[in-house]
Amino acid sequence: MAQRIDVKDLNIYYDRFKAVEDVSMTIEARSVTAFIGPSGCGKSTVLRTLNRMHEVIPKATVTGTVDLNGRNLYDRDVDPVAVRRTVGMVFQRPNPFPTMSISDNVAAGLKLGGERNKAVLAEAVERSLRGANLWNEVKDRLDKPGAGLSGGQQQRLCIARAIAVEPQVLLMDEPCSALDPISTLAIEDLIEEIKTNYTIVIVTHNMQQAARVSDRTAFFNLAATGKPGRLVEMDDTTKIFSNPGRKETEDYISGRFG
Amino acid sequence: MTATVSSPPLHAPGVPELSRRRRTRDVLATVMVHVAFAIAMVPLVWILYSVLGHGWHLLLDSTWWTNSQRNINPERAGGGVYHAIFGTLAQALICAVIAVPLAVFTAIYLVEYGTGRLARAVSFTVDILTGIPSIVAGLFIYALWVTTFGLQRVGLAASLSLVLLMVPVVVRSTEEMLKLVPNELREASYALGVPKWKTISRIVLPTALGGIVTGVMLGLARVMGETAPLLILGPYASSINTDLFNGNMATLPTMIRENFGLPDQPAIDRMWASALTLIVLVLLLNIAGRVVARFSGVKK
Amino acid sequence: MAILTGRPGPGTSPPPADLSSTGRFGDRVFHGLSTGSGIVVIGLVTAVGAFLLAQALPALVRNDANFLTDRVWQVDGDPLRFGIPDLLWVTVISSLVAMVIALPVAIGVALYLTEYAPPRLARPFAYLVDLLAAVPSIVYGLWGATIIITYVAPVQTFLGSVLGWIPLFSTENAITGTIFLASIVLAVMILPIITAISREVFAQTPLTHKEGALALGATRWEMIRTTVLPFGTPGTISAAMLGLGRALGETIAVSLIMGTTNGAFSWSLFSGGETFASRIANNAQEFDTPTKAGAFIAAGLVLFVLTFVVNAMARVVIERRKAFAE
Repeated sequence: MAQRIDVKDLNIYYDRFKAVEDVSMTIEARSVTAFIGPSGCGKSTVLRTLNRMHEVIPKATVTGTVDLNGRNLYDRDVDPVAVRRTVGMVFQRPNPFPTMSISDNVAAGLKLGGERNKAVLAEAVERSLRGANLWNEVKDRLDKPGAGLSGGQQQRLCIARAIAVEPQVLLMDEPCSALDPISTLAIEDLIEEIKTNYTIVIVTHNMQQAARVSDRTAFFNLAATGKPGRLVEMDDTTKIFSNPGRKETEDYISGRFG
Repeated sequence: MTATVSSPPLHAPGVPELSRRRRTRDVLATVMVHVAFAIAMVPLVWILYSVLGHGWHLLLDSTWWTNSQRNINPERAGGGVYHAIFGTLAQALICAVIAVPLAVFTAIYLVEYGTGRLARAVSFTVDILTGIPSIVAGLFIYALWVTTFGLQRVGLAASLSLVLLMVPVVVRSTEEMLKLVPNELREASYALGVPKWKTISRIVLPTALGGIVTGVMLGLARVMGETAPLLILGPYASSINTDLFNGNMATLPTMIRENFGLPDQPAIDRMWASALTLIVLVLLLNIAGRVVARFSGVKK
Repeated sequence: MAILTGRPGPGTSPPPADLSSTGRFGDRVFHGLSTGSGIVVIGLVTAVGAFLLAQALPALVRNDANFLTDRVWQVDGDPLRFGIPDLLWVTVISSLVAMVIALPVAIGVALYLTEYAPPRLARPFAYLVDLLAAVPSIVYGLWGATIIITYVAPVQTFLGSVLGWIPLFSTENAITGTIFLASIVLAVMILPIITAISREVFAQTPLTHKEGALALGATRWEMIRTTVLPFGTPGTISAAMLGLGRALGETIAVSLIMGTTNGAFSWSLFSGGETFASRIANNAQEFDTPTKAGAFIAAGLVLFVLTFVVNAMARVVIERRKAFAE
């Protein structure tokens, strides 16, 4: 199910402004890869190019290739809608659909994709909520609005919604930054559990979090303000945090940055 | 301490008192804005009081709601408003059937698709349409319907002229509501691999539905009270006519106009009673619209 | 997986199952419907101008009088003789006076609602003012023509006795259904429009400006005069112009209120007359020949252009303010 991603010579633009320059990396299947780096270094921007969410913003463009299982996502005949079915995403702030109940939220991707079989949908809702460690908390109020849950529960609901469409890759854009420590822990445990089935890429500002949950870590930085962001290095997480290859990585990790 | 600026505490060591002139001006301004609000309320209360006072007794008669004015002349009391209510509702309904989809899709274009020159042109023409005098809308449909196509002045023609007046109201309110839908919801939907049109129709529109319904109701309230285009396109009839394609069709505004300026007391009573009926209809729609807005606004 | 890897290369048409699964067809339809609706709206407005112009032209060509300067209106038979200076005067003066009456009250109400009213009451009170806009204009007409007419008459007499030496307030041919009365009713009708927009811009005054003024020891009124009013001025100006545009085109209320003077023109507010809109409405039942209707359509076209210019100016002021605020 999970697949590996090969990024080659990726340049990302907002209109004429080059936001990220020359990124090449390999993201392994069934593992957690963390993107770290200072604000504005382009780590979230790179993440959004992995499921073509980048181009939702007007005038945003990309050059280079992103291969998923040998298929370039930016080939002309690839449909971005199909890409996003295969590469799911969880956002910084929990964003359940306010007009839908908990179970409708989880089933939203399938329903809007044309699935009408009630049994299939119910099965997917339960499986996804169990997968997101939320089932026991909400099983008695599946028809209540999703907006009524706590922040941490809402974020797990969003994860359940993302995995309900059975993607191969799950992108997480600072999924815990709006949550309290206990909810954060719950999400981190969840990441640990589901990585056996998915390729997970997580952007985080929290270096302890990167160290705790990820197998590989990529460090992004900017040469200077106004210059495009770039990938400094990428390695096993233990190596990055104990013995990084580059001085700027070490400076950032030890807090001697900027 | 709740000491206000205009009455400083007696024991305030070190705090100088305001000069008399500054304090007087402040008090004067306070009085003036209160007076302004009171002035604004006078006509509202006065109008409602006049219409209610002159019109209420006919509304209590059941024939008022069930009969038309057929075979009833100005000197005679009796008859009802059924034919005019029917005409007003039928014309407003047809108007909404045409105007609402046009306006909602235009708003969708402006918020979800439009960029560049075309979007600016559309937005500009909606502004023009907002300011178009209703009599001009009537003249336009007259020029199209009667002069160009040689058709008769029937209910449908009146409906068409109302479309021009309803579209801008619904476009603007729908546009506002769509803009209130957080972008995060659109992104969440795209990230699930939902195509744009389904994202708009199944996520964005339902989220904004309450506000859109409110806009439609306010638009309906506006067109139901319109008189000017009906003077050109919708001549009054005293009997019931349910055919929008043939013959004269009564409406509440033209019924009021018909009974205006006549010396006979029954006609004067009918004029006030039909004005009250119209106000009740319009205010009900208006209040219903606000209630919908209150209870189903976009939750932030 | 199949979706991604199993798709045909460029040049071959994808199988229909893929189309439905990706919604491409739905997207095209939806995009087309939306863009099409926008274009229809543009077409509608263009058609209004084009049709009015096309049907006014034949009548204007046959017009023996000067359309812009001659004070005649004979549209029965041939040759036609019609001109608009009287209509223009009555339309503009009644609307201007209405705006002059409404503007200070509207600013006061907007300040009351944003700065003075108890926060819990501000919303319901604002709603009450909005209700004024919901009252149908024919009801305003009834109210003006049958109720307040008796209360306005003594005011007119008084103003005439004091200011009668000014042509605008001359009581020479005074009647009861006057331009002055129409202006008062129009003022009430445009009050909620001006109030709503002014209220909105006053409410947008940055809190930091207001707190800055208060921290310097300004009274509430001084704070308003130095921060809220200057910030809201462009918005209030365009609000006043939108109100003016509404008053210029108001038909039925004016038509019910104003008595006609049968050609005797006067500069006075205390005479009657017809506006563009009310003349069209008063004669609407007699549009029997295309040329006769054309004369009225020509009047309507002038009204259309007039309101267009006023509204466009209001929009320009708003747009400039937006650019300034950003």
